[in-house]
Amino acid sequence: MSTTAPAAIEDFLAQEQQKELLRFTTAGSVDDGKSTLIGRLLYDSKGVYEDQLASIEKSGLNRSSGPLDFSLLTDGLRAEREQGITIDVAYRYFSTPARKFIIADTPGHEQYTRNMATGASTAELSIVLVDARKGVLPQSRRHAFIGTLLGIPHLAVAINKMDLVDFSEEVFNRICGDFREFAAAVGAPDCVFFPISALDGDNVVTTSERTPWYRGPSLLHYLETVELNSATRFPEFRFPVQYVIRPSLDYRGYAGQMSAGTIHPGDSVMVLPSGRTSRVKAITTWEGDLPEAYPPMSVAITLDDELDISRGDMLVNPDAMPHVSRRMEATLVWMHQDPMEVEKPYLLKHTTQQVKCIIKRVRHKVDVNTLAHGETDRLELNEIGVVAVETQRPLFYDAYAANRTTGGFILIDPITNATLGAGMIREPETPLPLELETGRLTGAERYSRNGHSPAVIWMTARRELAYLLERKLFQRGCQVHVLADQEETHLLPELARISMAAGLITICSPASSATEDCARARQFAEGHSFLELQHRDIAAEDEVAAVQILEMLEARHIL
Amino acid sequence: MDPRVITHLRALEAESIHILREVVAEFQRPVMLYSIGKDSSVLVRLAQKAFHPGKIPFPLLHVDTTFKFGEMIEFRDRFCTDIGANLIVHTNWNAIHEGANPYTLGTQKCCGLLKTRALLDALAAGPYDAAFGGARREEEKSRAKERIYSFRDSFGQWDPKSQRPELWNIYNSRIDKGESIRVFPLSNWTELDVWQYIHLEEIPIVPLYFAKPRPMIVRGQTLIPVEHNPKLMPGEEPQMVQCRMRSLGCTHCTGAMRSEAVTVPQIIQELFVMRRSERENRVIDHDQEGSMEIKKREGYF
Ligand SMILES: Nc1nc2c(ncn2[C@@H]2O[C@H](COP(=O)(O)OP(=O)(O)O)[C@@H](O)[C@H]2O)c(=O)[nH]1
Repeated sequence: MSTTAPAAIEDFLAQEQQKELLRFTTAGSVDDGKSTLIGRLLYDSKGVYEDQLASIEKSGLNRSSGPLDFSLLTDGLRAEREQGITIDVAYRYFSTPARKFIIADTPGHEQYTRNMATGASTAELSIVLVDARKGVLPQSRRHAFIGTLLGIPHLAVAINKMDLVDFSEEVFNRICGDFREFAAAVGAPDCVFFPISALDGDNVVTTSERTPWYRGPSLLHYLETVELNSATRFPEFRFPVQYVIRPSLDYRGYAGQMSAGTIHPGDSVMVLPSGRTSRVKAITTWEGDLPEAYPPMSVAITLDDELDISRGDMLVNPDAMPHVSRRMEATLVWMHQDPMEVEKPYLLKHTTQQVKCIIKRVRHKVDVNTLAHGETDRLELNEIGVVAVETQRPLFYDAYAANRTTGGFILIDPITNATLGAGMIREPETPLPLELETGRLTGAERYSRNGHSPAVIWMTARRELAYLLERKLFQRGCQVHVLADQEETHLLPELARISMAAGLITICSPASSATEDCARARQFAEGHSFLELQHRDIAAEDEVAAVQILEMLEARHIL
Repeated sequence: MDPRVITHLRALEAESIHILREVVAEFQRPVMLYSIGKDSSVLVRLAQKAFHPGKIPFPLLHVDTTFKFGEMIEFRDRFCTDIGANLIVHTNWNAIHEGANPYTLGTQKCCGLLKTRALLDALAAGPYDAAFGGARREEEKSRAKERIYSFRDSFGQWDPKSQRPELWNIYNSRIDKGESIRVFPLSNWTELDVWQYIHLEEIPIVPLYFAKPRPMIVRGQTLIPVEHNPKLMPGEEPQMVQCRMRSLGCTHCTGAMRSEAVTVPQIIQELFVMRRSERENRVIDHDQEGSMEIKKREGYF
């Protein structure tokens, strides 16, 4: 054993503790050399333990004739060992002095889409293998497509078996060109290309003399240095509440993992779905209070006000709220034998919320090899489609492309409990703000005719009260109407705006709290003309509440 | 480096804490399997952090085969008292009274009765619907594909083919009555990560991990502790050997290794120099190729 001075090992440990973590996934078709590449990364980085090597020599099942089959290092379960194929996502670990790596290794066969989506969901980088002799195949497109769909920010293309094409620069360049072409078509991130031989090690760990024309880094060097670009990450504060820590009456901490943005004591936050706001009192951890928290830290947050907050709620930046809606469009990867059917009850798990949902319709499915769209009303195992989802309660979400944790969900079978599929929510198409020419009558003219100012009154889930109030206002001679939509709450702000322009008093009564729509309506109707009624502000009996509201309108000089 | 990129240990820590909180929030009766070893020590520290300033909101369960090292039991009792943990100890006394021991039964049968059976009984007695374990994917090849939430049917059995896909940090926690899950918050940690974390956090561990002269039977490359009177082969004599335990199990199944390491950094240094797999000296794994996987299907961790 070498005898390093104590100071040396302490220094070494101090340095080791500063390492970053990079999770990546590997993709390739059968026999492209993925196992060999991973085996080499593990082996050359000294990540393979002596006795694991020893047990390979003992098992005597070498599939190829070489002295040491790297791919055997990476195979796992007994069934697979017997069948000679890998059948699932396997996680491997290695580290270098620069970084620690977690590889999500997904095999290339029919289960591929499901496994690759799983492996890709937590990866920040994907290595796509291409056999230099075969060039870009339909499967390569699939690999780039799924990686992009799952939002992997970096794509490294390893053009393997360069030893079998005489390390030809021409072959390399041609494959790069072909790959770039369709990578652009699927909207993949920037690709970086590597001419390698996984078997011999060229350009894997060190750059090779056999590719003098190649100026770039080795694949490993790239993995060690690629920028983990936190700066471009989604900047708005998102904190799904996992659990409420309440050891005593003086402490109530909301435990969770930072999903996006940064937070400090004193920052104001909004709680969804209630829409209440408060300020961060402290960010508490076992080590003590923190001046700042950011992803992926697990912390507990205490607030200045005692609010009723529980698991499934989300703390957000009040100035940049997520979408709040029961309807959304998502790209869905189906992962189960039983096909996806529209109008069938499923459970949807999103951040720390679990809600009932149905798929209203399939807009189209996507052929992973050709990217062609097809019509269907069901998705089979490993199929991908764009679907319209409707949930029983609203979700607080961002587009998956902007933030993976508030944009991704899984579907669960309520009867068998199986995980059925994974969804990536798409940015909703915002209704176009209407550019209307509203005539030449002025607000003052309308006021003198109507005897009141226009206003928007927003109240959730008090439909009967809305109608009663409408009648009472009408009886006082007001121009009034109710917009009470169960479904298309996102249209309410626009409609309210048009009504405002016509000088009406508009009572908006969505069935469920549509916090985001309410905020938009408030923007349209300026200042005093917008009245949002919280349940706690008005009486439970409709008659009493209606009188209260009339008083409020008078106090604001709307009536 | 961006000041807001956290180090690999802090990233692993945050992930583990997230998992611990998810399970406590979504299951009725979670329990932590506490093996007294270094991974358990890390797991307990993570649980303390996850629910701080509250207490750990679930009991620690130790399955005691009665063939553990005395030092382990002493450490266990002191440690659990110090941190105010609720410790439950379970032993398969029926089997012990019928004379179960590794020397006459063989290690496989012995493990089956005193570990696997005892564990399943203890979980059913709870009844616990979620049990945290300290297993890591890197430990053994068959574990590379193990999920973080690992489902067991009502017999506690594991089916490698019917595990649920796990995406992002969203875990499907739905189970039917009688079913349960094993949860592995340390899935993504390596042995080196565990040691570094112990060093960084100054986590107390059983003194057996540190080298000192101990009475051993030397059998080829393997050192067998004399505690609990193992059977001697002809010509064998216990002798004092400067050694430490690489992983802790029952005395019979835990090979010791020759070592001079008396501090955590020295252990880490040895680890780097030797790079032997953690379980190399666990006699149990040599019994049969893929033996770990068979045990896992039967319900052993
Ligand atoms: N000549 C050559 N053969 C390779 C290279 N990489 C892998 N192979 C061979 O290709 C075959 C398939 O490799 P493997 O790693 O099992 O492929 P996988 O199915 O993608 O995991 C094996 O026989 C490897 O030895 C390479 O760079 N050059």
